Amino acid sequence: MSFSPELHHWLILSTILFSIGIYGVLTRRNAVGVLMSVELLLNSAAMNFLIFNHYASKPFIDGAIMALFIIAVAAAEAVIAMALFVAIFRSRKTVDVTQINTLKG
Amino acid sequence: MGLVSWLFVLPFATAIAVILTPAGMPKMVKKIALAGTSLHLALTAFVTYKFVQVAAFSGDAVKDALITHLYLVEKVPWFESLGIQYFVGLDGISMFMVILTSIVIFTGVLASWTVTERPKEFFALLLILVSGVFGVFVSFDLFLFFLFYEVAVLPMYLLIGIWGTGPKEYSAMKLTMMLMASSALILVGFLALYQGSGKETFDLIEISKVHFPIVFQNWVFPVIFIGFGVIGALYPFHTWSPDGHSSAPTAVSMLHAGVLMKLGGYGALRIGLYLLPEGAQNWALFFMGLTTINIIYGAFAAIKQKDLKFFTAYSSVSHCGFVLFGIVTLNMIGVKGAVIQMFSHGIMTALFFGLIGMVYGRTKTRIVTDMGGLAKVMPWLAVCFYIAGLASLGLPGLAGFIAESHIFLGGFVGNQWADATTMRILTVIATMSIVVTAVYVLRGLANVFQGPLKEQFKTLTDATLTEKISTGILVVTLAIVGMAPWYFIDLIEAAVYPMINRLGLTASNWMVF
Amino acid sequence: MNELANSFAFNNAWLIPALPFFSFLVVGLFIRPVSDKLAGIVATLSVATAAFLSIWLAFDYFSAFPAGAEHPGLISWSFEWLRYEEHLAVNVGVLVDSLSILLMVVVTFVSSLVHLYSIGYMKGEDGYGRYFTYLNLFTFSMLGLVVAPNILQTYVFWELVGVSSFLLIGFYYTKPSAVSASKKAFIVTRFADLFFLIGVLLIAVVGYNAMSMFGAPGSLPDNVSAFDFSYLTSSGVSIMMNNLGLLTPAMILIFIGAAGKSALFPLHIWLPDAMEGPTPVSALIHAATMVVAGVYLVARLFMPFAASGTALLVAGYVGAFTCLFAAVIACTQDDIKRVLAYSTLSQIGYMIFALGVASATETLGYTASLFHLFTHAFFKALLFLGAGAVIHAVHTNNIWNMGGLAKKMPITNITFLIATLAISGVWPFAGFFSKDEIIASAFGTHHYVIFAVGLLVAGITAFYMFRIYIVTFLGKARSEAVNKAHEAPMTMTIPLIILAALSAVAGFVHFGDFVSVGAESGHAEGGFPIWIPALLSGLSGIAIAWFIYAGNSERSKALTERLGAIYRVIYAKFYIDEIYLFVTHKIIFRFISAPIAWFDKRIVDGGVDLTGWMTRRGGAVFSRLQTGQAQTYTTWMVNGVIAVAVLIWIFVS
Repeated sequence: MSFSPELHHWLILSTILFSIGIYGVLTRRNAVGVLMSVELLLNSAAMNFLIFNHYASKPFIDGAIMALFIIAVAAAEAVIAMALFVAIFRSRKTVDVTQINTLKG
Repeated sequence: MGLVSWLFVLPFATAIAVILTPAGMPKMVKKIALAGTSLHLALTAFVTYKFVQVAAFSGDAVKDALITHLYLVEKVPWFESLGIQYFVGLDGISMFMVILTSIVIFTGVLASWTVTERPKEFFALLLILVSGVFGVFVSFDLFLFFLFYEVAVLPMYLLIGIWGTGPKEYSAMKLTMMLMASSALILVGFLALYQGSGKETFDLIEISKVHFPIVFQNWVFPVIFIGFGVIGALYPFHTWSPDGHSSAPTAVSMLHAGVLMKLGGYGALRIGLYLLPEGAQNWALFFMGLTTINIIYGAFAAIKQKDLKFFTAYSSVSHCGFVLFGIVTLNMIGVKGAVIQMFSHGIMTALFFGLIGMVYGRTKTRIVTDMGGLAKVMPWLAVCFYIAGLASLGLPGLAGFIAESHIFLGGFVGNQWADATTMRILTVIATMSIVVTAVYVLRGLANVFQGPLKEQFKTLTDATLTEKISTGILVVTLAIVGMAPWYFIDLIEAAVYPMINRLGLTASNWMVF
Repeated sequence: MNELANSFAFNNAWLIPALPFFSFLVVGLFIRPVSDKLAGIVATLSVATAAFLSIWLAFDYFSAFPAGAEHPGLISWSFEWLRYEEHLAVNVGVLVDSLSILLMVVVTFVSSLVHLYSIGYMKGEDGYGRYFTYLNLFTFSMLGLVVAPNILQTYVFWELVGVSSFLLIGFYYTKPSAVSASKKAFIVTRFADLFFLIGVLLIAVVGYNAMSMFGAPGSLPDNVSAFDFSYLTSSGVSIMMNNLGLLTPAMILIFIGAAGKSALFPLHIWLPDAMEGPTPVSALIHAATMVVAGVYLVARLFMPFAASGTALLVAGYVGAFTCLFAAVIACTQDDIKRVLAYSTLSQIGYMIFALGVASATETLGYTASLFHLFTHAFFKALLFLGAGAVIHAVHTNNIWNMGGLAKKMPITNITFLIATLAISGVWPFAGFFSKDEIIASAFGTHHYVIFAVGLLVAGITAFYMFRIYIVTFLGKARSEAVNKAHEAPMTMTIPLIILAALSAVAGFVHFGDFVSVGAESGHAEGGFPIWIPALLSGLSGIAIAWFIYAGNSERSKALTERLGAIYRVIYAKFYIDEIYLFVTHKIIFRFISAPIAWFDKRIVDGGVDLTGWMTRRGGAVFSRLQTGQAQTYTTWMVNGVIAVAVLIWIFVS
């Protein structure tokens, strides 16, 4: 009896990935860590697209296209984010997100 | 573009011309502003002439009218899907108020001849403000009305905040905040009217053909009356006025007390009383009580003031109380009195604040007890000050008496919806203000102008030519209205008839529309 | 249309008040800045012309309606000035009847003499032109008041009279005492005017409402207005108001207004202080014209007053009390003008109580009152002008710094003596006749208390008047200034002589034939000869004054010491001023005004500030949520998403 993953297995995997991402976004102090966690979130979302594409609308490939979009956007986002971090690091000598609180009321 | 539109376009265009003058030419700015306002005075005279030509002042049609009849109307659809139009025109009350505003802005520009700090911005804002005021007085579309209302109210923040004296930021903030809050109430009222009329239009004349349910009127009337009451210094929402006036520069005080506060009375009359007659009937006695407090309270508070501007501001609270008091008497005499009081108080306070500015510019103090005997060195200003003071205590022969006698008589004549005895008692209480006013006016003026002249004031000079023209015009206006009131009364009477006639309608009568 | 249609004076009667007004404008705006001298001349001429016109008018009127005939009220000229409503309009105009003619003549005549006198008196003073401007304004206001055909015009000019007297009293505006006196005069009379105004509102509105009961508004003539005296004094309105119970209150309110201008107790306090103004002003305003405005008003509204009865009785007793009260104070004052001021109060008390004892059927009091108004105007103006001449010469108001002026100023001395005799009621001078008629009217209507007061005050009047006459003009000079004194210039002595002549002969006019009210003219000479006790009372007053003050001054000193505390209380004018000061400053200012100012600053304004403060505090509290850390915000967001998800799950399943 071989194990064949069903829809819910895939979803659980994507949820775990998402949760790790959320956890990372909320707890990482280093901005680069936050960015990496955001990548996890994006990837879990992309994964959901693929999963539902596979199980729900087999002959079409819309989900796969959306996933490709997400990968492209994620790449762009990473570039902008890294540029921002460099700029922030230049002015504040740190990329610790708890130190960047100019929005404080 | 029609004649009436020019009334607010002209000051606005002048404001733009002022902004476009090259920097570093303050003289030029003042000349442009003066030219613009004198032109406006001429325009107003011409419009008045045209208005008198076309308007009907007597006859049964006028006496029995239920709908305000407008003249020189301009009506262009604007946002048709929302029922918003560009709708301007004139009736007697608007005409009267336009004349007032035109006189006050002209004298205000003359009185601010000495402004040296950023004159360009100052005059531009002043003119924008006044074009908003003109807009309010001529617009008969609620949306347009509100738009102009905001244009008129907002520049005050900058004018007081930048050119003011004393705790100007505090005063400017307080004034703006309170007036904004009142705008919110007005907006709520307008939207309710828009919605409640079921006609999907902001056209005031169209809305006036709708008989709103009593319950609706009972809640919308106080919203609108209080909303306009705030700017009309209704007790207890008057506190922006003493601080605001005392901090504002001369011309701004003149314009604010002289004209802007009239928007309150005008709105309460035009929107509150005219559109919601039954609401007015049900609330009349309540607001009569409040305005009686206004009148007496302002007068008593003025006795204790040491600063000339505070003193005049409290006296304004008392006098603006008369305007609202006249409106809620709900009869012909009282409402006419309210309109005349708007005019007379406008001219009178403009004169007061103008003179205070001139005296302050010389003595560098506004505290009455620090002055004394100034009549010796500045006889012109003293005479004008006394005339303004006498007008404010209701001396016959000056405009104040005409207004106050109408209002008192209106209070005594009463109406069929409020208890006559209560109204008379309130009126008697209100009449007490004529004594209290005499007390504070004479005490204040005696301190400033009479008694021995203090050493440090011996070298002061009397009014300059511009100041003489500015105060002279206001004094003459007070006297003309006081001595030959019939012209002005004819003007407004025709416009007041529909407001009063509607009060007597029963639900079934509304079917005529 | 009427018997006077061809009379120039009648058709142009509006000129009588208008001339001083035009002169006021012209002198005030154009002449005064250029030439002081011309200002005085133009002002005087305008009033003199008005005087000439009013005498002409009187002549024409009484030729058309001779003595004893009925004297109708005719409107010479009017126009609608202010229209509140139909039949509630103010038709400003000139009413010509015997009452208004009487006052026009008195006012213009005395005023033109005062103008003439002032040319000499005010010579060299600062503000000479300004003075004449004010004087013109006052004359205009007073004339506008007396010719008013409706009560609102009366009120209008009533106020203008108040203002112009304010200006004149405060003429020396750099002098603090004059400033406060003018303020006091204005505010006290204004306080009374408040009641007058309420009374006017009440009577006019009730009259207006009553119109519909006399017939539909359309059936009345168009020009009838509820303010018109002709309407207000009609018996229908009085009956209507009486039925509503409003007649007596309304008339008492109006009487309070009259009491303010006429300085009746307890509103008299402004008049003695008003002597701070230039002396001719005192003669004009505080003797002959303004202070009799109250008498005029009560006379004008005599019919409704009589219909009320109670209101007239109140007037009678207030008048009688003032009469006695002021006479007593006058005996103790040392300032010559103040004595005259209190004497004026007392004489006005006479006029008012004479009106008070009259009634719709017994009208002698009415005639007597106006007769006294007529004669009093001459001799009191003369007294003031004479006092002015003395003050002008010796530069002091205190009678104890004068003495022996008879030789230095013969004309002033003789004219002053005539006036003194006239006011003391000595035959054949004018005061004798009018005062006798007043006392007789009180006796004839069985008001014995008032009659007794009248008789007693006649004696007191003679006493205090001779007191100042003796101290001022007889005996030895008591100061350096007296030795340097000399007779006044011509412009001042001519008015004195004219007035003295009138004071001597005015009493012989058969006044009741000209001025009366109701059907029967006020002749009631018969019965007990009242003039005997009245004359005796006056003569004994003179004798006592002679005994105390002539010769040595030891007797008067002994008398004051004997009286002690009583004298001091009277000398301090019964402390009425202090009571007023206490009420205004201590009670009104401190317990009404100051708390309101405080309440406004702290409570009402505080409320606004509190709203602002609460908004700011609220912002501060909520801004704590704003940590500035993106991760906190994300946490909130995630929690929110979870919460929404849970909610959806709960509600969907």
